[in-house]
Order: sequence, then C-alpha cells, then structure tokens
Amino acid sequence: MRIGDFKATYRHDEALFDTPVQRAWLAALALALVAFPFVAGSYYVYLACLLGIHLVSATGLNIVTGYTGLISLGQAAFMGVGCYTVAVAAKAGVPFWLALPLAGAVSAAVGLVVGIPSLRIKGLYFAVATLAAQFVLGFVFREWESVTGGVRGANVPAAALGGFELSGEQRLYFVIVPIAAVGLLAARNLFRTRVGRAFIAIRDRDISAEVLGISLFRYKLAAFAIGSFYAGVAGGLWGYFLRVATPEVFGFGQSIFYLAAIIVGGLGSILGTILGATFMTLVPEVLRAAVGWIEAAGVADAGVYLAAVREVVFGLLILGFLVFEPHGLAEVWRRTRRFFHLWPFRT
Amino acid sequence: MDWPLFLEFSLVGLLSGGLLALIALGFVLVYKGTRVINFAMGEFMMLGAYVYWTCAVPLELPWWAALAITLAAIGLLAAAVERFVLRPLAGQPVISIVMATIGLAAVLHGAAEGIWGGQNLALPELLPRKPLILGELLLPGQVLWSFALAVALIAAFTAYFRLSKGGVAMRAAASDPVTAYAMGIDVRRTQRLTWVFAGVTGAVAGIIVASMTSLSPSLGAVALGVLAVIILGGLDSVAGAIVGGLAVGWLEAVTVGYFGGQARDVVPYLVVLAILMVRPYGVFGTRDIERL
Amino acid sequence: MHILEADGLELAFGGIRALADVSLRAPAGGITAVIGPNGAGKTSLFNAISGFYRPSGGTIRFDGADITRVPAHARAALGIARTFQNVALFRGMTVLDNIKLGGHHRLASGPLAAMWYLGKAAGEESRLRAEIERDVIDFLEIDHIRGQRIDALPYGLQKRVELARALAMRPKLLLLDEPVAGMNREETEDMARFILDVQEERGLAVMLIDHDMGMVMDVSSHVVVLNFGKVIAAGTPAEVRASPAVIEAYLGAKGRKAFDGLAAVS
Repeated sequence: MRIGDFKATYRHDEALFDTPVQRAWLAALALALVAFPFVAGSYYVYLACLLGIHLVSATGLNIVTGYTGLISLGQAAFMGVGCYTVAVAAKAGVPFWLALPLAGAVSAAVGLVVGIPSLRIKGLYFAVATLAAQFVLGFVFREWESVTGGVRGANVPAAALGGFELSGEQRLYFVIVPIAAVGLLAARNLFRTRVGRAFIAIRDRDISAEVLGISLFRYKLAAFAIGSFYAGVAGGLWGYFLRVATPEVFGFGQSIFYLAAIIVGGLGSILGTILGATFMTLVPEVLRAAVGWIEAAGVADAGVYLAAVREVVFGLLILGFLVFEPHGLAEVWRRTRRFFHLWPFRT
Repeated sequence: MDWPLFLEFSLVGLLSGGLLALIALGFVLVYKGTRVINFAMGEFMMLGAYVYWTCAVPLELPWWAALAITLAAIGLLAAAVERFVLRPLAGQPVISIVMATIGLAAVLHGAAEGIWGGQNLALPELLPRKPLILGELLLPGQVLWSFALAVALIAAFTAYFRLSKGGVAMRAAASDPVTAYAMGIDVRRTQRLTWVFAGVTGAVAGIIVASMTSLSPSLGAVALGVLAVIILGGLDSVAGAIVGGLAVGWLEAVTVGYFGGQARDVVPYLVVLAILMVRPYGVFGTRDIERL
Repeated sequence: MHILEADGLELAFGGIRALADVSLRAPAGGITAVIGPNGAGKTSLFNAISGFYRPSGGTIRFDGADITRVPAHARAALGIARTFQNVALFRGMTVLDNIKLGGHHRLASGPLAAMWYLGKAAGEESRLRAEIERDVIDFLEIDHIRGQRIDALPYGLQKRVELARALAMRPKLLLLDEPVAGMNREETEDMARFILDVQEERGLAVMLIDHDMGMVMDVSSHVVVLNFGKVIAAGTPAEVRASPAVIEAYLGAKGRKAFDGLAAVS
C-alpha cells in the first residue's frame, strides 16, 4: 500500500496514471524515447524497432491467450498474413497509412475464419485449430506464388508519408514506437472496461460469465479478432521495416517466440507484455554475443550451434518461468516494488 | 476412373494409417490420463529414433540391443518429464501445462539439433522391403510391416488396459483421481506410467518412421499432423485414434497420389479445420459435461 | 402475480431423472425456498432456470414470457441473476471488478470505444462505479475490501461479494444457491438480513436453495420441496413443515412413524 495515497473522486481512483510521481516518470520516459535514436548507435535503434514490432504482436497474443485464456499457436502466421498484405497492397500503390490498418483488417478476417468453427467448443480444440491455421497459412505462403512470391518471398516497397520516404531504422523508429505505444495503451484501456473484463471472466470461469450475460462465442471471437488485428499490424510493420516478406520467418518457431514472451513477461498483464517482449528481443542478441565470445576464445564453429542453443534457451525459459514464476517478470517487478514501498522498513 | 490405382492408393493409405494410429494412441493415453495434449510427442519420437541410430550405427549394436536401450532411455526421459516438469505444475490450469509441453518440445528439439546436427541421417534397414503383390496392386513391404507392428502394439496396449490390474488402475486414475486414491491406487505412479507408455509408443513409432524415410530433427513434425487424427477420432478415445489414424492415412495417400507430394503436409491440418466445423468432439470423443 | 412459472419440467442425465415433471410457481416480490435432501434436483432446477441445462420437456415462463429456448447468456438481460453453490467469482480480479461485471449487460461500449476509453467508455465506467458504490457496496458493507483480490478473502466475504455481483445486475429474480453454506451463526444471520433487506428495498423476487432449515423457514414466504426430482410439497413454511411427505423424505418411513408417534404423545 502506498502511504499517503488517497483519492477524492471515483474518476481519480480509476485513472491509469494516478499519482504525480507516475506522471513524472511517464513524461521522462517519453522524453527518453524521443531522444533515444539521436544518442544511441544504429544497431540499438534497429533493436528498438524490432522490439516495437514484437511488442505489438505480443500484446495481441496476450489479449487472446493471457487475458482470455485461449491458447493461440499461430500468432506468427497471422503476422505473415499482415506482412504479405502490405507487400501486395504497397505494390498496388496503396499508401502506407492505409496499408497498415488493411493488414490488420485482413488478419482479423482470417482470424474470424479460423475462430468461427473452432471457438464454439471449449478446451484445447482451439489450440489445435490455431496450429492447423499456422501450418495451412505456411503452406499458402509457400505455394501461392502469384501473390506471395512463393519460397523466394515478396519485396515490400518503402513506406512513404506524403513523399517523405520512411526507410531505415532512424525514420521507422518514429513510426513503430508511437504505434507500439498506442497499441499498448489501447490494450490497457480495453481492460478498464466491460469488454476487457468480459475477456478475463471468460478465462477465469466461463459459466459465471454466461450468467452475467456474456455470450462466450461472440466475446471469444472478438478477442481473437483483436489479437489477429494486432498480429497483422505487427506483420505489416515487419514488412516495411525489413522490406521483405518470406515464409520462414512466420513459422511455428516464431509463434513459440511470442508465447515465450508473454509467459516470461506475465500472462494477462500489459507490463508483462513489455517486460517479456524486451527480454525475448534481447535473448537472441545476448546469445549471439556469447557465442561470439566463445568462438573468439578459441572454440571454432561454435556459431553452428547458435540456432540449437537459441531453441533450448527459449524452451528452458518457458519451462523455468512456468514452474518457478508462473506470473512472470511482471510479478517479480510487483514484488520488488512492494518491498521498496516501505523500505528501509520491512513489511 | 482408374480403380486399381485408387484401390492401391487407398490400401497403402490405410496401411500407413496404422502407424498414425499408433502415434495417436500416445496422444490419447496422455490426454486420458492427464487432460493435456502433449505437444512434445513428436520430440519423443525423434529422440527415440536418434538414440536407436546412435546405438545401431556408430556403436554398431544389434537391433534388439539398440531397441532395448532406446526404450529404456526414452521411458526414463518420459518419467523424468513427468516428475520434474509436470509434477511441479500440478495445480496450475491446463493452459500452463500445455505450454510446458511446448517449451519441452523446444528444449528437446534444440538439444537434438545440437547433439546430432541438422543433416539427414539414415537408419539401418529395419523392416523388410519386399512388397506384396495382389494382382495389379503393389503394396510396399515396409508399409505392410509397419502396419502389422502398429496393430500388434495397439492390441497389446488395449489388452493391458482392459485385462491387467495395472491397466484398470490407470483407467481409474484417469477418470477419477480422487476416488482412485481412496481405493489405494497410487495415482502418481500410474500417471508416470502413462507418460512412460506414451514415450515408448512414440519412440517405437519414431524408429519406424525414421527407418522408412530418413532421420532429422524435423521428424517430430509428423506428430503435429497426428493431431488431426485425434481431433477426428476424439481426444480421449482409443477407438477414435484407430479409426482416425486409418482415415487420415487414407486421405493423405489419396491426396498425395492425385495432387502430388506438397499436399501431404497440409492435408492433416485441413482435416482438423473441417472436423471442427462439423463434429467438434470427433467421431468418438466424449462431450465435456461440466459439474455446475 | 408469479415471476417464475415452471410447468412439467423434465431433465435427465443418462439414466438419472434429475427433474421429473416439476411444476412450481414463485410469487413476485417474495422469497421462495427450494429445499430437499441432497441429490433432489434443486441445483439442476436452478441450472435449468439459468439456461445451462435444456429441459427435455416442460416450459419455463419468466415474467410472463416463455424463456425455455432462450440461451443462457441472454437471460441476464431479462432480469435473472444467480449465485452458485461453490463460489463462482473471478479469482484473477479484485472485488470491485467482479461486481462491475454484474453491470456488464447494462453497459454498451464495444471494443473500439473501450480502447479509446475517453468519452463513451469512461463515462459509462464512472457512472457504473458510482452506482455500484451507492447501491451495492455500501449496502452489503464491503467497502473495506473493494480493492482486494478474491483469493485473499475469507469464504463468508466471498459469498457476500457474489451476492453483490448478482445485485449489480439489477435483476427481477435472484437465484441464490446455498447462500449460507459453511457459515457460522453470525454470518448466517447477517446474510439472512441482507437477503430480506434486498427483497424488501428493491422489490425483487428471490429463490433460494439451502439446508439451514432455521434460516429457510424464517426468511421464506413460499417453500417448494423436491425429492428425487419430483415436487413433493409446496406452500407456506408452516404447511410444508407439517406435510407427511416432507417428513418422510427427510427422516425416512421409520422416522415418520417415530415423528408421528412423538406428535401424538406431545
């Protein structure tokens, strides 16, 4: 309990950033984010862009899996849908600011197609359906050559806003970071309202949710459509960022990556999404650096093992957090905060 | 319509479905026993094949020794998984346990790739290749033998469940753990045994598949296709696993025969989506009735 | 005027007839108790009224309209609220959020309005909050725990929160399944007081299931007795208490003889 923290109106009590201290921190963060690309090296700006994209996708997945309790094993495939949509649309001359929401919409539509048959029944059937969707979409990406360019992939022309070309990490940073911020805020707002509460209710005890007037099917479908929309936008950003859409990057392994991100960060928590996505974005880089040191230290060919080590580390992270910290890094953060509320006194 | 060709595709399909049924049995065992879909099943298969290969090729052991060592090793692995991964997660919602099996699959897959490398390996020939010729139809020997083995194993398991004391105990523990405890059944032991059976089933299936095709870390992907079988047959039905296996095997063979090899990968998943639309609990699955 | 009329309800699970030709009337603005030995079909009856079980025969009329075919999630808007035997609160949320869910069917903002929040959704949420604080939280005396998570609360308080959530639905009919199960004397009296106050002040109808006969007889105006899925008695508490069929259901045939014997002597 924070000392001296009281509210005079209900509106104050419900606000997201309720204390002056919090608002100050928020302002500082905003300033830091704006200043970042001007002070950091281009590699770090590149990582930040990647993180932004991962954040958008992980947020969508957390809405579906963390908050609503529907295990989705196909998040990467839905990103792929968004990415290919952007490739096709941009080539057809659709401007950037239209193509991106379109990517989200097309992904959401595919989500509806997958969700409508599989969300009517409870249990793990939906998880298997998303797995099926992952592989069927992968097949489509590889085989529908006329649209997707098949195994070679499709190139994505640079994004442009009124003649100003948005390419390279410096410029795209100022597109991706605001979009990620808006996405996070929108998701957080969702759970301050009836729709979000309904999602959580469905996860925790769906019988009760029905009694309260929540149509399970409609709300589950809505959750999945929203999650797919986020995935589509993330995929679209990926396309504009990396300038290419290929089948391999949107495979099952990448879906596992996002699942790991929300488990590590904390299911059902926006803070968890941020922490988890950050952690998972850094893990491959840390591994790559570690393998580089090992190679430099004389063990040749250590790089060959990078992919295998990455996978083992992902798996161990998922297992480790599930067993030892099921509520993820968000819970670790909360515990730390609580400790410091009354520090140096102990609770 | 070239009937003899269709018949050949169909028969080959049904026969290869026997193997799918065996793998599906592994899934169904775990689901019946623990309400969890074991997404690491494919990795059990793959590791079984790799251990066998290691025994048979570099160590040059005879096939029965290699098999025995493989079964022991994978059985041990499965028991360890149950003890060290699943037991700690015991109170948690199913979603966590399913994700744990996914994490486990990633660990095993990465470990295999690290230890044995990503290239294709060849197993020594296990099943006789001599085909059976029925009039105009040619049925490959390996497919026939894999079917026979699958049938034998499924029959053995079914007999064990129905007739032996241990088998009945497993079924009791699966259907009502609390009452089973009260009856003196060691539920933890039976759950561990369930996993060991699933692991062993997977290992055998993995060895067979690897001997018929080739061995690489992606062997486990076959198991994901078997999910179509259990969706079709019902997640908790052994009969469904058998019928589903045959049906999906047939469908795959016919599709590949007429549309080419690329289609094979995607057929099971299309089946999944189709079944979910029409008969979500599968042909033999039991509808969940919740106690309110 | 009856708020709920059930006629000839039939419900079977495999070979078990949970409800066999059950007919009852629940008066509007009164408290109707449904009692009976364990396994008599009381919760099954509630589940049929809530819409979770589709009866294989018979009809249910609520406030004059036939709701037998109406899906479960649509019955909230009609005015039916319910609590469960095993407290069915949402463990991952605070008390306040749980209660707010009671207002779900009365609010209207969709996902887009929710994500934007400012304006429609924010206004809705504020109004809901004010209303819940005024009507429900103060009334049930749970203001001191409103920010706590459900799993941190003792059982008695959880049951009260569940009642609060049901009240937030502004129902016409409140179905309470064992509202005082597992409570001590004091908690039972508190809960009974709340139930009576709720019914009086808001004029809604209550149907409750419980085994605490003292509380049931004190609080109800109408009692229905079920045994083996059949209605064996219905009437005022005094009528039901004296009914031979009811005594036999609870005490058995020998018990009834003993009871009659005692009654003859005294």
